[in-house]
Amino acid sequence: MSDPIRSAERTRLATAGARSVTEATVLGGQPTRDVLKGRVFFAFLLLMVGLALLGLAALIVDAVIDGSSRLDTSLITESTSRISPETAGYANAILGTVYLIGAVILMVVPLGVGAALYLEEYADRDRWWNRVVEVNVQNLAAVPSIVYGILGLAFIVRGPIDLGFILFAGAITLSLLVLPTVIIAGREAIRAVPPSIREGSLALGATKWQTIRRQVLPAAIPGIATGVILAVSRAAGETAPLLLVGATTFVTFNPTVFGDNGYTALPVLIFNNAKQAQPEFQVLAAAGIVLMLVVILVMNSFAIWLRNRYEQRW
Amino acid sequence: MSDQVTERSERDTDAVPAARPDVPLTQGIAVAHHESTGTDPWAGDKVFEIDGLSVAYGGKTAVKDVGLDIFRNEVTAMIGPSGCGKSTLLRCLNRMNDLVPSAEVTGTALYHGQDLYGPDVDPVEVRKRIGMVFQKPNPFPKSIYDNIAFGPRVLGVKGDMDEIVERALRRGALWDEVKDRLKDNAYGMSGGQQQRLCIARCLAVDPDVILMDEPCSALDPISTGKIEDLMQELKERYSIVIVTHNMQQAARVSDKTAFLIVELDSTEKNRWGQLVEYDQTEKIFTNPADERTEAYVTGKVG
Repeated sequence: MSDPIRSAERTRLATAGARSVTEATVLGGQPTRDVLKGRVFFAFLLLMVGLALLGLAALIVDAVIDGSSRLDTSLITESTSRISPETAGYANAILGTVYLIGAVILMVVPLGVGAALYLEEYADRDRWWNRVVEVNVQNLAAVPSIVYGILGLAFIVRGPIDLGFILFAGAITLSLLVLPTVIIAGREAIRAVPPSIREGSLALGATKWQTIRRQVLPAAIPGIATGVILAVSRAAGETAPLLLVGATTFVTFNPTVFGDNGYTALPVLIFNNAKQAQPEFQVLAAAGIVLMLVVILVMNSFAIWLRNRYEQRW
Repeated sequence: MSDQVTERSERDTDAVPAARPDVPLTQGIAVAHHESTGTDPWAGDKVFEIDGLSVAYGGKTAVKDVGLDIFRNEVTAMIGPSGCGKSTLLRCLNRMNDLVPSAEVTGTALYHGQDLYGPDVDPVEVRKRIGMVFQKPNPFPKSIYDNIAFGPRVLGVKGDMDEIVERALRRGALWDEVKDRLKDNAYGMSGGQQQRLCIARCLAVDPDVILMDEPCSALDPISTGKIEDLMQELKERYSIVIVTHNMQQAARVSDKTAFLIVELDSTEKNRWGQLVEYDQTEKIFTNPADERTEAYVTGKVG
């Protein structure tokens, strides 16, 4: 006991012993069964991701192979032709889609952003009508697109508004379809602006409108723009509602926004080409799918770039 | 640092703040930057006269029956444990509590004799004259220049914006650090610089009173020291009300101190803040009248 060397040795042994027990129970003590379970689950997740990607890749590869002979500039410079599918292209359908998308953006941005601003900044959540609006917006985002097509046919093409089968009626229908998505994305973007920014602005004597106009909206615009582009690229790919509101099959001339002699859009024409019996039309449809994928990929990439470029880290 | 101070005092020799106490709160004031000289005709006046002030959120009382007077060109500190309602009380003074829909303020709060909660009072007009600095620095996601210029721009201040920005940054003791990077984003500044930017931003609209809600709680001691020094300079021209958790800070910077506590009812379910003592800072920290104050400032409780 009085020997300092012996006592130091005893301390060292005791600490080493204690450490090894701790390591054995805490660090090495995890049952191997749990580790195994974790690995199996990880492998399962990997398999699911792989299957999803494989399905997508198969579709793309199939479309590229089938349509490879038609992947040239004539695809976007030539219009539809019933007689010579081997030289026909998508020019008028592309123009139709561009008009549709343009009109959708013009309608959906003020409506969607306005609604999002109202719900986030002005609506009193204790009032039942605001909650009704909120729940409905959420639900409308999940309604199948064909339902919007029927709505468009009944109320916009015919019925009370009675526009007829014109491109603008299709644009209104698509706007209704993506409006809930834009409202939800807009609200997210507006909510992401921290309350401290609003307080800072109000404390300087700015009015509520000045605060929204000069602080909240500028800070939320990248998020709103991303949401709008993603929503609109969904609209660009929609076929079902357009079929109901008059995007007709074979139009060989370029469409106009308000003209009533027919219009078509990219996905509608692809759908139509794929239905035809002649093998040339099948090739044309495959090439159209590739074109459609490129358009949507470009739009979505732009949205991602926009988000990364202007994202504000608070 | 020292030449900067002399430069500042040369620039604005006791100009009367643009926020004029004699203009009613129901009426808009034109915020303009005078370079007028002369003594402050309202010096030593009461800025706020608070009496029987209670605040409730959704029917639950947060602060009960507070009465105190706040004087011009002084630093008034509010101290007390968490939940004693000192921030709530502060936010009553520029009607920031209006942003909470369920908040209800009763009692009187007079600002230069005018009822802050009078029926015709425009909260925006109140906030033009009573600025606020928050706990966490909250610069706008814009350049340093635009952060300062935002206030004058929305209030429609006429004049050379570059000059207004420079003056505000000089008063905020930040000019020398940022003069070469005014176009940089404010988020690139350090936390202490951001907080001084927020103070300078508040000074740019030349308010009458500056409310500070724990302005240094997110800052290191050096940045805290800079802000405390700044407050001593600013009180020559403005009246400052500061809420702080830090008793040493209250003792260092303030002229008068209010001590609040959390009060519980007999069921111990309801709690609210209450004013215990309000006096000269020196008295509060050396010879308080109430034993609860003494226990708190000597560190026995809280």
